[in-house]
Amino acid sequence: MEINKKVTIIDYQLGNLFSVNQACETVGINAKISSAKEDVFQADALILPGVGAFIEAMNNLAKLDLISPIKDAVEAGKPIFGICLGQQLLFTESEEFGSGNGLDLINGVIKRFAEELDGKKIKVPQIAWNKIYKQLKSWDNTALCEISDEEFMYFIHSYYVKPTAEDCVLTLTNYDGIEFCSAISHNNIFATQFHPEKSGEKGLSIYKNWAKKYNLI
Amino acid sequence: MKAIRVIPRLDIKGPNLVKGIHLEGLRVLGKPSDFAKFYYEQGADELMFMDVVASLYERNSLHDIISETAKKIFIPITVGGGLRSISDIKEVLRAGADKVCLNTAAIKNPELIKEASRMFGSSTIVVAIEAIKEAEDKYLAYTDNGREYTGVDVFEWAQKVDELGAGEIVITSVDREGTGQGYDLDLVSKVSGLVSCPIIAHGGAGKKSHVVDVLQKAQADAVMISSIFHYDFIKHNESKGSLLEGNVEFLKQKRNFHTFEPCCINELKNALVNHNIECRL
Repeated sequence: MEINKKVTIIDYQLGNLFSVNQACETVGINAKISSAKEDVFQADALILPGVGAFIEAMNNLAKLDLISPIKDAVEAGKPIFGICLGQQLLFTESEEFGSGNGLDLINGVIKRFAEELDGKKIKVPQIAWNKIYKQLKSWDNTALCEISDEEFMYFIHSYYVKPTAEDCVLTLTNYDGIEFCSAISHNNIFATQFHPEKSGEKGLSIYKNWAKKYNLI
Repeated sequence: MKAIRVIPRLDIKGPNLVKGIHLEGLRVLGKPSDFAKFYYEQGADELMFMDVVASLYERNSLHDIISETAKKIFIPITVGGGLRSISDIKEVLRAGADKVCLNTAAIKNPELIKEASRMFGSSTIVVAIEAIKEAEDKYLAYTDNGREYTGVDVFEWAQKVDELGAGEIVITSVDREGTGQGYDLDLVSKVSGLVSCPIIAHGGAGKKSHVVDVLQKAQADAVMISSIFHYDFIKHNESKGSLLEGNVEFLKQKRNFHTFEPCCINELKNALVNHNIECRL
């Protein structure tokens, strides 16, 4: 059976989309990198990647006239997969370089890692492979269905999300004593703070199972 | 506890993977993509590609190697060598690099660190510091593979780099690099204590215990290693470097340095875990 489902990797001109695109290709997702709102409208699902600064990202999305198209699409039920900064953009607001407004699809704020905890220095950014573990939510029937509890994933970030409601928290991670939410799932929204496309073969399974869940492959 | 990273470093000259001593006297070891693939399968946490002649020609020529590698390898890739400007950085990121490593350009124009980290995110910008020991507790930063004198104090420079927004620092002991005599623990430990970002220790790993030492005694957050992995690779694998460039005698003879005890990534990581150092197996 030929599948013609299309996924748009939203390019707002920050960070490396090469490996996200490569991960899609490897698992068979028909993906296209684009900054055009038509591609947001026409896609069957969206990937919102990103490395960099929150404010810069939101400014770029505004300049490209992508904010309402993304919000409308997601509110209408289109699946979206946010990665790293892309996860943070889904939230209400950020503390990074002064506070700014996000896409506000999930209630919550973006916080910066404290540089000290109980008198001990914490290295920021976190640049490390770290474990993701379960809280309340099961990983069955999610993109994480092939991942075991306490699997290592690759993180590179100074900020993390703090959802208002706990029921969207899919994974937690502890960085040097600070526990934070490292992946969320809420209706058609799935997002990770870690980079599945940089987390080896296990990471690729997350792309594959996200796509399978929404019949994209 | 937090997991440390083991980062194989691939020094590249033209089409070949090379290895020097004190960052000089380069020998050809083989084809970079063969090594990269092997290290990925072995559980490398990241890879570092350094164009070691880029500064000489003022350009980075790794785009093709990076693109080829990033198609098959799903771990972070850092690229360094000859990156002078925002547009140079943009170009290697487009080619598939996840992070860039700056040295010469950062010392000449520290504002580049600030500008680049605002634009691409702090975590994308790695700054390499090549340190040569002048006296007890006195190190100077060099550029161009330890050849160019700058007069800049390493500890002051590390703090400045941190303040300007670099995401991490590779601290290289040029004195130890390629010698297999062990990391310079004083150097790494002092830099690590002075900055808030993660520190990658580089230069001197000759055997497993050296790596344990720098992680336990010098508070490194990651280790960068060439010789012991490369020599292990060529012992067990064939990799044909281009014979048109560089010194290939070493490779033909399958010779080894007695100062090194080669081992593979997996072996090293198991040794670390046995010493209660957390890492991804």
